[in-house]
Amino acid sequence: MRAYTPKDNVQKKPYYTDRYWVAPQVAKHDVSSDDVFVHDLDAIKAKFEVLDAYIQVDQMVVIINAHDNFAIIEMLKNEREYNQLSEMSAIDWLATEGKFEIFYQMLSMSKRKRLRIKCKIDEKESLQSVEKLFRSADWSEREMYDMFGVVVNNHPFMKRILMPDDWEGFPLRKTYPLQGDEFAAWYEVDKIFGKEAREIIGPENRDPARIDRYDTERFSRLGHEVPRGTDITNGEPDTPLVYQEPEGVFLIEKFDAEQSVVISDRHR
Amino acid sequence: MAQHQVNYLKDGGLPVALTTIDKVVNWGRSNSLWALTYGLACCGIEMMASGASRYDFDRFGTIFRASPRQAELMVVAGTLTKKHAEFIRRLYDQMTEPKWVISMGSCANTGGMFNTYATVQGVDRVIPVDLYLPGCAPRPETLQYGVMMLQQKIRRESASRAQKPKRLM
Repeated sequence: MRAYTPKDNVQKKPYYTDRYWVAPQVAKHDVSSDDVFVHDLDAIKAKFEVLDAYIQVDQMVVIINAHDNFAIIEMLKNEREYNQLSEMSAIDWLATEGKFEIFYQMLSMSKRKRLRIKCKIDEKESLQSVEKLFRSADWSEREMYDMFGVVVNNHPFMKRILMPDDWEGFPLRKTYPLQGDEFAAWYEVDKIFGKEAREIIGPENRDPARIDRYDTERFSRLGHEVPRGTDITNGEPDTPLVYQEPEGVFLIEKFDAEQSVVISDRHR
Repeated sequence: MAQHQVNYLKDGGLPVALTTIDKVVNWGRSNSLWALTYGLACCGIEMMASGASRYDFDRFGTIFRASPRQAELMVVAGTLTKKHAEFIRRLYDQMTEPKWVISMGSCANTGGMFNTYATVQGVDRVIPVDLYLPGCAPRPETLQYGVMMLQQKIRRESASRAQKPKRLM
């Protein structure tokens, strides 16, 4: 058996670092290279301020001010035929810029084009809901609130969607620990048994791969079972699989392995 | 009156079987383990396969029930999330005594590969477990063997004495 090494905090130290690796950037092209997007961008620029616009992987990315989001998406839907909001969520840039980036991925079925609207908001800033325009934004915005804590105004049902209602913290933020903070670690114990049960139940075992071959209190080896708590440091006897008690079971016919039929053709 | 000696305690005597109350009750309990359908994730598929025709749990008297009030066995098949923990505890409390729990698969045993904030690291943090089945997911044969082990455990228990409710803490 392989020697056991503790795996408690494997994720703390990355096992591979390359200081000279530079993240590849997707090439950005000028919007004027595409006939359809040029007109869309001109229409947006006529009414609203556009901070930046470019084409990446045949999709136009338009970076706008956060307070214009509803008006721009409404215009794109009603006048520019972008009739589907396929995806929207937030990206956590709090560590580097102190801001969330919100993106709306839109699709025009008639033009066969995809367009992405991006805007940035501060951590405490709220955003206008686009649920009135696209029903798909209903759950997406709830998920955005659930996972990042971005509050959306004028949403019909601003409530957590995945995590429990009484959850603390926003799990998809970069600052949230993968294995949960203290609230998450004791959530089910606190809720079901109360805080006083913490000492009795004990902390979570975050190393579920841990197996102690000689621990007969909690482990047993199939085919080598011994009574609980037996010391097996000097080996253990072979015990064949027992399906019934050796003396037989009351009112139940004894299973005889010799008499059983093994089916050779499994597709019969 | 017959001339020959009749041994009433042997087969072919009177239609009488001598036994103890314990054995009869435990025979009944161990061979009519009605299980609560508790498929939480992919292990639930294996649990359904165990109940279907090829593996046929009905042979053991294990019939899946959709109500905790009609069930005495809970096969926790799959990942238990923290959001769901209170509901599994509530359903466990609604089952009538005596009751048993099989924790099926790595996720239910220890949290398995979901070493994250949202997964309960083993259902035994919430409800008392009688039998842990390893595997990801365990084959239906494993679940069958597990149920047979549980039947053996039930037969060993005393039935006449009121069973003490199991406590987690």
